[in-house]
Amino acid sequence: MIPLSHYLLVSAVLFAIGTTGVFLRRNLITILLSIEIMLNAVNLSFVAFGRQLGTVDGQIIVFFVMTVAAAEAAVGLAIVIGLYRHRESLNPDAFVSLKW
Amino acid sequence: MPETLTFYLLSALAIGASALVIGQRNPMYSVLMLIASFGALAGLYIQLDAPFVAVAQIIIYAGAIMVLFLFVVMLLNAPKEDGADWDQAHPLRLPPVTRLGSMLAVLLVVQLAWALMEANGIGGPVSGETGADTVSSVRQLGRVLFTDYVFAFEATSILILVAMVGAVMLARREGERS
Repeated sequence: MIPLSHYLLVSAVLFAIGTTGVFLRRNLITILLSIEIMLNAVNLSFVAFGRQLGTVDGQIIVFFVMTVAAAEAAVGLAIVIGLYRHRESLNPDAFVSLKW
Repeated sequence: MPETLTFYLLSALAIGASALVIGQRNPMYSVLMLIASFGALAGLYIQLDAPFVAVAQIIIYAGAIMVLFLFVVMLLNAPKEDGADWDQAHPLRLPPVTRLGSMLAVLLVVQLAWALMEANGIGGPVSGETGADTVSSVRQLGRVLFTDYVFAFEATSILILVAMVGAVMLARREGERS
């Protein structure tokens, strides 16, 4: 059997990859994708802990996380489309002024 | 042992595909790699005896959300990260600063791994007692979802409605009356 710590380690590595993406990438869409990676890393530890404790609560939390991720993706992509209409760019450094 | 082999294979696939999401400059390939990563994670969920979460992962994440991302990538038609002059000259683009982000991420992994080493009670194998019957597991999930978590469930529906209205309002062209 696989120890719980291995699942948690995979989750930690995935979360760090998502953090790196948010820091390093210069593209709003890739940054949103990195946030999805981080959410999935957290989901994996929720499911692993729920299995370990023998309850279904972890899976239910994952269900809610997925719903919030769907809402976040819809609103975030709408904002990206709106920003791209203004500046013709997806670089977050292009949006430094609060008003234009 | 095939179970252990499957775990390491799926984990390597998930981590490698996620790393490629970050490593690409073309967001189209990033989205496709992320779908591969989600598929590997769904395999891990099945191994953790959570078939409902695995199927929801495939349908909601890989099916719905990633199609939305692909749609926006194709709609905007800006595949490459733009390397404008002012971007190259930006103080945050200087080489030592760009390495700082990946150094911070490696530091995060080291910290989390150290915390996992120190923690007690997580070294044992993953073994819930619910294990035997996966169909009853889904039934139990639905029962708990509609009794203990019914308020959160209903609040979720409000959230989705608000997100839908917000997305339509934000993506609408300005000055359009309809």
